[in-house]
Amino acid sequence: MLTQFVQQLANGVVLGAMYALIALGYTMVYGIIQLINFAHGEIFMIGAFGAFTVYRYVLPDGTSLWVALPLMLLGGVLAAVLVAVAMERFAYRPLRNAPRLAPLITAIGVSIALQEAVRLYYPDARSKLAFPQLISGSPIPIGFGASVDRASVVVVLVSVLCMVALTLFVRRSRMGRAMQATAQDPDTARLMGIDIDRVIVVSFVLGAALAAVAGMAQGLYLGQIDFRMGFIAGLKAFTAAVLGGIGNIQGAVVGGFALGLVEVMAVQYIPGQFGGGAWKDVWAFALLILVLVFRPQGLLGERVADRA
Amino acid sequence: MRQRAFLRSGALLVVGALALAACGTRANESDGGAADGQKVVKIGVIAPLTGNLSAIGLGIRNSVDLAIRQANEQNALPGWKIELRAEDDQATPQVGQQAASTLADDPAIAGVVGTYNSSVAQNVMPVLDKASIVQVSPGNTGPALTMGEDLDNPKRPYHNYFRTCTTDAIQGPFGARYVYNTLGIKKIATINDKKTYGVGLVAQFTKEFKALGGEVVSEQTINPDDTDYSSVIAKVAAAKPDLLYYGGEYPQGGPLSRQMKARGLKIPLMGGDGIVDPKYIELGGDTSVGDFGTSVGAPVEALDSAKAFVDAYQKAGFSESYSAYGAYAFDAANAIINGLKVSLKDATEITTDVREATIQAVQNTSFEGTSGHVAFDQFGDNTTKILTVYKVEGGEWTAAHTDSFK
Repeated sequence: MLTQFVQQLANGVVLGAMYALIALGYTMVYGIIQLINFAHGEIFMIGAFGAFTVYRYVLPDGTSLWVALPLMLLGGVLAAVLVAVAMERFAYRPLRNAPRLAPLITAIGVSIALQEAVRLYYPDARSKLAFPQLISGSPIPIGFGASVDRASVVVVLVSVLCMVALTLFVRRSRMGRAMQATAQDPDTARLMGIDIDRVIVVSFVLGAALAAVAGMAQGLYLGQIDFRMGFIAGLKAFTAAVLGGIGNIQGAVVGGFALGLVEVMAVQYIPGQFGGGAWKDVWAFALLILVLVFRPQGLLGERVADRA
Repeated sequence: MRQRAFLRSGALLVVGALALAACGTRANESDGGAADGQKVVKIGVIAPLTGNLSAIGLGIRNSVDLAIRQANEQNALPGWKIELRAEDDQATPQVGQQAASTLADDPAIAGVVGTYNSSVAQNVMPVLDKASIVQVSPGNTGPALTMGEDLDNPKRPYHNYFRTCTTDAIQGPFGARYVYNTLGIKKIATINDKKTYGVGLVAQFTKEFKALGGEVVSEQTINPDDTDYSSVIAKVAAAKPDLLYYGGEYPQGGPLSRQMKARGLKIPLMGGDGIVDPKYIELGGDTSVGDFGTSVGAPVEALDSAKAFVDAYQKAGFSESYSAYGAYAFDAANAIINGLKVSLKDATEITTDVREATIQAVQNTSFEGTSGHVAFDQFGDNTTKILTVYKVEGGEWTAAHTDSFK
């Protein structure tokens, strides 16, 4: 009984870490320009494909794990950041002062365009691609009879590292403080000499880099990538961001882990016809509805609600 | 400008004339056949001749062609010359329906081999039934085509429809017997993807496995859109099964196998023909070795009865392979030819009565075919139900066990 609980807890933490990484990108962009960037899930997908491309076309066979992983990560982050910057420059910046629906619809358009571009032009991307099994070996016991596989340990460690680094960056660095200031009041921030365009680009870059880490992590952990992977993952991460309080960085992390845990515990503990893997999303979204009804600002509260 | 317009109309005239001439030649050809004192009877083929599935479709067409050539050489129908008329269905129900209408309008058609896709068959069957044309499919595995939607109270929808291959309905029980009797595994878990195929497969497997005395310790589901199966795997692992039976297709089955083994649940996965595909092994990775999949039919190379077919096919010089369903198409064509031997004996032309007689004759046919003994039961299914268990070995699916299901 306890074994099961601990095992599912571990599964939930890994799933939650990936949701949280993607949710951070949603929440940062929303915090600063109040745009729900529905193409963020595709940035996650492009990060995974970037890492896969490095493995498939750049690295020679038999490259050591410690060389391959950083290079793949670099490739993934580079691809994701380039696409995100281009997306911001050409799709969102011209619409910055347009009614809010216009950039939202644009985001959906960009999302579809990116998916289809990968499907049509990336070799063999019409069906699922097998991501290399780089981290192999037997599962590591974590006590109470439960165990986790090695890839998931890497995923959780890297995710936590990224989240800590992001928090430090936003709180301590000059650029981070400029981001906070822009989130609170862009007009005053501009009067104080902050280059708003740069702040916005930086928030897209950071979000894309984290999404790329999540994309590669999912490839390593689940062993497969495909051009549609960003759709469901993006939807879940958006849910996580809203759950925690959109615009709030800590909220995205809390929301991500909460969503991951609810999903696995629903599989484990809800019996009968409405239990099991096929129903886990239903319970996850039911939780979202409950939270929105009783606490519309999200679990940790929306930090920048004053400009809506 | 005017000159160009003139050129264009000239070109149109030439093309039109050529087209007319082509029609003319064709008509003359059949007249020529009649002049030899031989009347023409046609066997149609409806199969995917273009698109993703064209390898299978062309194999079906060529195999029917081979059966017809052999029958003509042996003068199987004295006074009659058999011709092939192949129509493309593009694996699409609507196109298949049009193909069926085209064939039904041809007075010389006495039987049709096809289709490959069960979904196409659903649209083709009513058209051919109306025209009383016998249809023998080499590749439809959907049980409802012969048994109707309610498998517990089977009712045959069309009396003109037969098939030489086996159906999905016995894949599950076949797999269950292999697991229980051959592998000696008594404790299994199941996962299905909640789609018609997956749910049906798991239900049939479970029923037979329990009847044999086996124990199903965990029954789980996943969404076809899911990519992370960790929580379901943890739940299955807790019940400690010795094999996991998966009802679904390879895009989910491959990753499921890989994740299951990475999470420490090192038991074989078994599925139906939905996972027997090279892509399964690619997605499943190195650890998919030892997984099983059942599929209808036998690998043709393994059957003694098929050697003659394979030799003749290669001698005939077709540019495409006979593919997975060639042997069944060859048997399907021969079933129709056998039927025509009876129904055309005293006939002078192909009337509705002759066509009905052909359906009756095919129903009663019984012969040793390429894929085994061919005879049809009261639903139009082949009485010989051959299936094969494949196993992942050395990076490919290898046939582990072929048997007929009784």
